[in-house]
Amino acid sequence: MMLAVLLTPALLWLFALIILPHIELALLSFRERTAPHTYVASLMQYRTFFTEPLYWRVFVRTAIMSALATALTLLVAFPVAWIIAKVARGRASSLLFVVCLIPFWVSETVRALGWLILLRESGVLPSLLVRLGITAVPVELLYHNATILIGLVYTSLLFMVVPLVSSLESLDNSLIEAAYNLGGGGASILRRIVIPHAAPGITSGCIVVFMLTLGNYLTPNLLGGKNSQWFTELIYTQFIVRFNWEQGAAFGFLLLALSTGMVALGLRLSGQRFVDVMRRT
Amino acid sequence: MISSLPRPAWLRAATALYVGAFLLFLFVPLAVIAVFAFNNAPYPAPPWHGFTLDWFLGNQAAGRVGLFRDTELLGSIWTSIVVASWVTALSVLVGTANAFLMERHSFAGKQLLSVLMLVPLVIPGVILGISILALCSRLAELADSLFGLDLDFLRPGLVLVVLGQFSFVATIATLMVSARLKRFDRTLEEAALNLGASHAAVLRTITFPYLRPALIGTAAISFLMSFENFNTTLMLVGAEPPLTVLMYGRMREGASPVLNAVSLFLMLASALLALSLMRGGRRPARAANAAAEG
Repeated sequence: MMLAVLLTPALLWLFALIILPHIELALLSFRERTAPHTYVASLMQYRTFFTEPLYWRVFVRTAIMSALATALTLLVAFPVAWIIAKVARGRASSLLFVVCLIPFWVSETVRALGWLILLRESGVLPSLLVRLGITAVPVELLYHNATILIGLVYTSLLFMVVPLVSSLESLDNSLIEAAYNLGGGGASILRRIVIPHAAPGITSGCIVVFMLTLGNYLTPNLLGGKNSQWFTELIYTQFIVRFNWEQGAAFGFLLLALSTGMVALGLRLSGQRFVDVMRRT
Repeated sequence: MISSLPRPAWLRAATALYVGAFLLFLFVPLAVIAVFAFNNAPYPAPPWHGFTLDWFLGNQAAGRVGLFRDTELLGSIWTSIVVASWVTALSVLVGTANAFLMERHSFAGKQLLSVLMLVPLVIPGVILGISILALCSRLAELADSLFGLDLDFLRPGLVLVVLGQFSFVATIATLMVSARLKRFDRTLEEAALNLGASHAAVLRTITFPYLRPALIGTAAISFLMSFENFNTTLMLVGAEPPLTVLMYGRMREGASPVLNAVSLFLMLASALLALSLMRGGRRPARAANAAAEG
């Protein structure tokens, strides 16, 4: 009795809002409109994706840029996580941790606005460069690949810092001391002790950051402008602008496949379980 | 190197430098927003033209509509609040039910259900949006062709936005309430039952007070995540845009310091929420984690 009462909301939620919508999306993606209100089952939407170079190039580009953004986020976040977990002590450590989290309580829209004000041609950084005599006229710093990457790293940092800190905190200092006493240098300690121990945290962070970056719309769109060519923009265009839902649904499934594929690969490489990774973050 | 080992001076200096650069990277984008909300110029860009409150209060002589007089912006803030309240109420209710279901009961398919409950976090927000949009419009068409019913709420609009956001906020709520319920000492309940309390009384006087901090935290996070959501919302929005969607539209049209003004308000509100939650002694990690999701 109690069980039935508790099961109902869970099943309603998962069936009505997750499972059924995705079945509908799958059905949409496997059909083709032959005349108004007449549809036949077909693989055309997927075929279009592979035969139209623009589509798959954007797809590959999004995947590569997301992977780059993930790697960069790891590079930027690791030293900070290390300092929080191992170098700073007591209050300084928890203060630094909290300070790192604060920007992420603000909406992504607001964070993107900050970068727009900083980087646009009439913005803060170009005028600073002119004043310092580095460039003669203000340069446009928006709409480059590097801009998109900076924006993506900025929005993703938290998801890397948190799992890294928790996995580094559990590393016993005496292991590092022992390695040091035995003559290990910084690099070999990092490679042979720290990284193997932090591997689960690194994987969790990378998986989450990659996923979120791949599915991001706002940051690439605002900071990249017409040059962003992010795959989610194609989905938006097909669905909302062109009203070609069949094509949009196929794109959606391709993105979902890429996303789950990479998650599965990451889990496999690190030998972890999905449930544990999600719980950790 | 860790604090118990000798650290050469250059390493200390490099560490300090890195932390400094990192903090600059984090806070400069937010600082410029705050600064240019008070600049006496029509664009949020240097140079500095002097201090003004026009972008908050408005200035009819200069043709400036301030935040407090911008009915469209204020309306979208209200829309966001209404949507977030619904998402919060639904998520806390369903999340709590799920937590009791997963922590207190065993049944066939529980393993599968626990994985399914995490799935919404792995689906990109855009796809959650379009899939719900697709299903709802299919239902609306069915209702129209079978019964001649015009079910307006299934068309893009606030109902769909609430459903779309709830579809993944519910997962976060489930995780947060479950985490607290897992640590609950059930002997307390047993003791109360032994002493003759009814099940309802136990729930009201023992279990619920124990869960209260988690429920408050979950509500705050759900509200924040809904308020800040963009990806899913963009796909489901109708004629009444919530704040993030309206801001996005205006940012694409061009810059106005009114956006800085409203952003400053959002920053202050988030900071207050964060501080009050941290005072409760909770680590906001997972919460903030999820905040950028979607």
